[in-house]
Amino acid sequence: MASTETKTATDAGSVEAGLDALETAVAGRTPFRQTFVRKILPPIVATVVVLVIWQALISLRIVDDPTKLPSPSDVGGEFKRAWLEGKLLGYIWTSVSRGLLGFLFALAIGTPLGLLVARVRFVRAAIGPVLSGLQSLPSVAWVPPAVIWLGLDNQMMYAVILLGAVPSIANGLVSGIDQVPPLFLRAGRTMGATGLKGAWHIVLPAALPGYLAGLKQGWAFSWRSLMAAEIIASSPDLGLGLGALLENGRNTSSMSMVFEAIFLILFVGIAIDLLIFSPLERWVLRSRGLLVKS
Amino acid sequence: MATALAKAEEAETVEYAARIEQVSKSFAGPAGRQLVLDDITLDVAPGEFVTLLGASGCGKSTLLNLVAGLDRPTAGSIATHGRPALMFQEHALFPWLTAGKNIELALRLRGVPKSERRGRAEQLLELVRLQGSYGKRVHELSGGMRQRVALARALAQDSQLLLMDEPFAALDAITRDLLHDELTRIWAETGLSVLFVTHNVREAVRLAQRVVLLSSRPGRVAREWRVDIPQPRRIEDAPVAELSLEITEVLRGEIRRHGQH
Repeated sequence: MASTETKTATDAGSVEAGLDALETAVAGRTPFRQTFVRKILPPIVATVVVLVIWQALISLRIVDDPTKLPSPSDVGGEFKRAWLEGKLLGYIWTSVSRGLLGFLFALAIGTPLGLLVARVRFVRAAIGPVLSGLQSLPSVAWVPPAVIWLGLDNQMMYAVILLGAVPSIANGLVSGIDQVPPLFLRAGRTMGATGLKGAWHIVLPAALPGYLAGLKQGWAFSWRSLMAAEIIASSPDLGLGLGALLENGRNTSSMSMVFEAIFLILFVGIAIDLLIFSPLERWVLRSRGLLVKS
Repeated sequence: MATALAKAEEAETVEYAARIEQVSKSFAGPAGRQLVLDDITLDVAPGEFVTLLGASGCGKSTLLNLVAGLDRPTAGSIATHGRPALMFQEHALFPWLTAGKNIELALRLRGVPKSERRGRAEQLLELVRLQGSYGKRVHELSGGMRQRVALARALAQDSQLLLMDEPFAALDAITRDLLHDELTRIWAETGLSVLFVTHNVREAVRLAQRVVLLSSRPGRVAREWRVDIPQPRRIEDAPVAELSLEITEVLRGEIRRHGQH
């Protein structure tokens, strides 16, 4: 009797091991070749196509006016000159440092604000609708009042960034917290995670994907607001950022410089997203199994 | 090991793991207050395995929530020793943590020092036969494996009483069979008291020492059966099937009453 019992027990164990093996997917690493063909090659092709069409417009004299459309080589020359004069990185750094610093301020304000709105019913009723409404207000609208209040200086730039980015960050956190499955809260409560412990161990980690989406959008808003502020409020005291470069190009009727500035603004926006936010978001989603490998 | 022995002795001196006395529960519904549980009295002895069986609307999950302390009864009292562990139909594992870290969170919330958590978590994973899955993410595990991690996490709470709310209902039949074997083995090894809610009569008979049938709307204790069939049982065993048939007849009778008004 005893021997048959142990036999059933080990039997169940081995059947279970087999079942576990059957039901667990074997995940391999995608080979680099596949990543290259699927992810890296398409944007390169798209860029080349745009350049070819652009050059064709010039070469075939479809657009003949260099003050309207400079040739790719003119714009390239503009980049080269700025690089040789040692100014290119300076333009970028002036704007990027402002943008990132402003974004960090926005993070420091938006996060506690989002927590308050999500958790305190009165605060939510009082400012929740305004906060989500603010998201649809173009942040360029804040530039005139900011200039009047704070004058033409860096503070004004930061004020505009904050007004653009704080609502996005706060709203991201609020919707992240709202979407925490009630089951997690119940499971946490039975394990003794209530109050602050519950917030720290359950609510915040569960809300992380929504929060990250808010951060990503918050960065986009920061960058856009900053560019608006730099274009409208350019002044020699403020240092030459990318927005000011664009404005200078317009003032000197240099279309190559305008193109240079637009490309740089686009490049920075994409680079920050690709280098910081996308990897962060993908890592969080993938570790939770929320991202299907495509 | 010493603490386990001390726990066993302690359990010997108390005569119940859960005592439910004259508990009623009503909720505010569209048609006024609705009585969900009516005067339920039920004891779970230390080390006993009880299944609560009933059709929809018998309030079995409500009763489990009350015992878990997630809700308060309208009348009556419920006594347990400390906070019971609770397992749900969904695994309720936290996807931002690995299997091992899920278990460690339960240990941490119970106040187990950091140095002991890892070893204890590995032990618990071994108990549910998932050694080597410590670093696995929740989404990398199959449904059955997730429920076993959830069981390990519930055991990590080191509670005398384990409440289970249809924990195997969403699993396929092969996996469910195996998990019945596992649960019976772990219950025998740990000496836990289990209160297991299900609507599956055979599952109830397969697992329990005592089957309690609840009637529906409102939930009342309709009848009880002692199950003296020796473990390990199988769901296909003739005595299990025979008793299941008897209980099903009574259950159908209970359900039929609702169609006659």
